[in-house]
Amino acid sequence: MMKGLKIVVLAKQVPDTRNVGKDAMKADGTVNRAALDAIFNPEDLNALEQALTLKDKIPGTTVTILTMGPARAAEIIREGLYRGADNGYLLTDRAFAGSDTLATSYALSKAIEKIGPFDLILAGRQAIDGDTAQVGPQVAEKLNLPQITYAEEILDINGNTIIVKRRLERGVETVRGKMPLVITVTGSARECRPRHAKQTMKYKHAKTVSEIQEASEDYLQLYNSRPYLNIPELNVNDIQADVTQLGLNGSPTKVKNIENVVLQAKESKLIQNDEKEIEALMIELIKNHTIG
Amino acid sequence: MNNLFVFCEIEEGQVADVSLELLTKGRSLANQLGCKLEAVAIGYNLSEIGKQIFPYGVDTLHIVDDKRLEHYLTLPYSKILIELFKKEQPQIALLGATVIGRDLGPRVSSALKSGLTADCTSLEIGDHEDKKAGKVYKNLLYQIRPAFGGNIIATIINPDCRPQMATVREGVMKKEVFNPNHLGEVKTIDVSKLIDDNDFVVEIIERHIEKRKINLQAAPIIVAGGYGVGSKENFQWLYELAEVLGGEVGASRAAVDAGFAEHERQIGQTGTTVRPKLYIACGISGQIQHRAGMDQSSIIISINTDPKAPINSIADYTIIGSVTDIIPKMIKAYKKNTK
Repeated sequence: MMKGLKIVVLAKQVPDTRNVGKDAMKADGTVNRAALDAIFNPEDLNALEQALTLKDKIPGTTVTILTMGPARAAEIIREGLYRGADNGYLLTDRAFAGSDTLATSYALSKAIEKIGPFDLILAGRQAIDGDTAQVGPQVAEKLNLPQITYAEEILDINGNTIIVKRRLERGVETVRGKMPLVITVTGSARECRPRHAKQTMKYKHAKTVSEIQEASEDYLQLYNSRPYLNIPELNVNDIQADVTQLGLNGSPTKVKNIENVVLQAKESKLIQNDEKEIEALMIELIKNHTIG
Repeated sequence: MNNLFVFCEIEEGQVADVSLELLTKGRSLANQLGCKLEAVAIGYNLSEIGKQIFPYGVDTLHIVDDKRLEHYLTLPYSKILIELFKKEQPQIALLGATVIGRDLGPRVSSALKSGLTADCTSLEIGDHEDKKAGKVYKNLLYQIRPAFGGNIIATIINPDCRPQMATVREGVMKKEVFNPNHLGEVKTIDVSKLIDDNDFVVEIIERHIEKRKINLQAAPIIVAGGYGVGSKENFQWLYELAEVLGGEVGASRAAVDAGFAEHERQIGQTGTTVRPKLYIACGISGQIQHRAGMDQSSIIISINTDPKAPINSIADYTIIGSVTDIIPKMIKAYKKNTK
């Protein structure tokens, strides 16, 4: 019988970039996330599913959610708990604001060192707000761990050996690695299971320390009697991070300039939707050798 | 020293197109900076690889030839690049925004604590003034990319850290031979002391690479559909038009997400970048992410029920109406006027 695994899933709350309003950008070129709907990054849900599948298979496995973000990012920890995770940590501090992928990876790696060790570190391949796919490999490098990116399925685990199927541009690759390691999961992986009714009831009132402080006095008793409802918060001091490697100062990349996208007007010819005009267009394209 | 480096991806003895495109861009940037263009090739049986690489104007080619490195592996490849970059101190390093480049780039940038910008759509050289610090930086790499779901175009710089690293997708830059007879210097790197068994802790046990079936980049005509096509069934009209015209079918991310077309057909910032001579956009609203992947097309026709769809403003011709109504008319008119 295999012993249970300790798994952490790195999850990010992302703005729903399909709906960006005018007020979404701040003067310094960084994103004003508060102005947008926030969702669980889709590929992080694919990663969570891989973790929960292992939990189903290997008794004693625990799944921890780690997210870095503002206070409201606690929402995705709750979402993870509803779907079957065991606990979660919110990494939150003003010092993290404006971090690029390198500074973010540094903060996450320090947090993992603090709450770990873990056998497996799972994350989505990339987040929809940046589409960079950099944080997973950079966390692996900071922790001096091997990585398997673009994973589609964890096929097998035996002892500390893990077999993973990767989805490449034009094919698949099966690799064998040794835990501990970092795996990033791609969007073609199995979709995440929905919320579990019992878990949702159990964790409905799960809150971070800051959220509990805002809750009414009547509830305080609840959090004392049910410790699992407390979502721990971690700040810079908790993870013993070097502040010079965080936030804007710790980010080697800077945003020099942001341009709102303006469509360039081009002379566009309107073709009426009738057989005659469409035929004239096709004849024109045949004559100038575009088609034919 | 402080040259521009391009990491060359090699599959079955062939240098990837994206790497040749980066060499082309790299040559012109290096000329602008007055520095050398250097390439890195890692793999097995590479004695002839220079023949493919030097015509793009490479001054120095670093080769690591080792049986164990025939296929890409994160740890040994990143170790080799990290050591090489520590020694050579490039000012710029470019990689393809491929599965390999996006696995390798972040690892190397993290180890070197240098910045990396993913999926750039344009690379330029320019200056930067940091008014707060009262410092002027000359000849930085402007890494330009759509950000935040493509609603903005961001110019990213790395003022203080080197190398300035960027990845670029296949098809975004042009591939152009600099001089077919150009020859540069070959430097062979001996890695026998550098890499050890620990670097092979992740091993490939099976590999199945398919030949690319759908080749959007080579298609002179692309009939692309968006969410507005409405259904997978309606997409059949696009296949029919593409077949009649001798083109290929593409799709927007929204259409792929809706299951109307397979992922390999996706065009745009997170799919393939194309520049056909004719692009017929069917029911595509034209978000910037999509336009970034097709706005270099020679002629664009937009078929859309919405006269205000953003795509219409970059289209040469706009036909207002439904795809299922208009495409049959196009097919009919084409058949009537050919043969």
